[in-house]
Amino acid sequence: MTTRTTLTLVLMDAPYENARTTTALRLLDIAARRGYNVNVFAYEGAVYVPFAKQAPHPNAVHGRDVTEEDHPNPKDWVAAIMAEAERQGGKIDWVQCGLCVDERGAAESIAGTRRGSPADLVKFAEASDNTLVIPTK
Amino acid sequence: MAKKVLQVIETAYRGTLEEQDDTVVWLTQAMKGSGLVTDVMLRGNAVNYPVSAQDASGLAFGERKQTQPPRIHADLTKLLEKGATVYVVRDDVAARGIQMKELIGGLTAVATSEIPGIFAAYDQIWHW
Repeated sequence: MTTRTTLTLVLMDAPYENARTTTALRLLDIAARRGYNVNVFAYEGAVYVPFAKQAPHPNAVHGRDVTEEDHPNPKDWVAAIMAEAERQGGKIDWVQCGLCVDERGAAESIAGTRRGSPADLVKFAEASDNTLVIPTK
Repeated sequence: MAKKVLQVIETAYRGTLEEQDDTVVWLTQAMKGSGLVTDVMLRGNAVNYPVSAQDASGLAFGERKQTQPPRIHADLTKLLEKGATVYVVRDDVAARGIQMKELIGGLTAVATSEIPGIFAAYDQIWHW
């Protein structure tokens, strides 16, 4: 019997600020494609990564309307990664730091995420093969 | 057996006035309370955290006075009281002109050259 790999990622950056968010999601995507179980603890600004009210916009400088622009919203990337994980038999367990959500008014996050606390990160770390922290610098 | 995790804190003063603490020191305190076996290593600019004379009080915008400033050195003392080891990298302290006597008591001062040996004693290193 093979044991499914379980990883934990701790994210800290808010979206649309630097390349670390995209890099973290690319790592998450690779893990999902491999059928790994991945726990995500979204801390501080990272609770806005799956924020449900993100909206695409047109871009006059690019000369494109909203459809042509295909503006990326990280919440859609997260949803796509979750769907990929499910297709591959794995799971993304995404926990939003509750106090971080409250102070930012970021309670509305996409389906598949849940509110939690540092106790969840402890459980994640104990149950994972490894943990990677991707902090704000 | 429980994993032993070392929190290496290098990025310092990241939103500390808004958060009223260092969020990684806070997270470490919370996780220790939830049973994680964990210690802290302060390096880089974070070696200023245990300077006991620092005072972030007095912030005010218009008539709005902020009454509860971060007290990170006191938070580190609490962590020590909970049984955590708090390492501080002596070379980084010296490079910033800080005297060891300016720091809170109970810290474990280490040289940069000792860090690999310390890492080897932990299951995981979380670098913040």
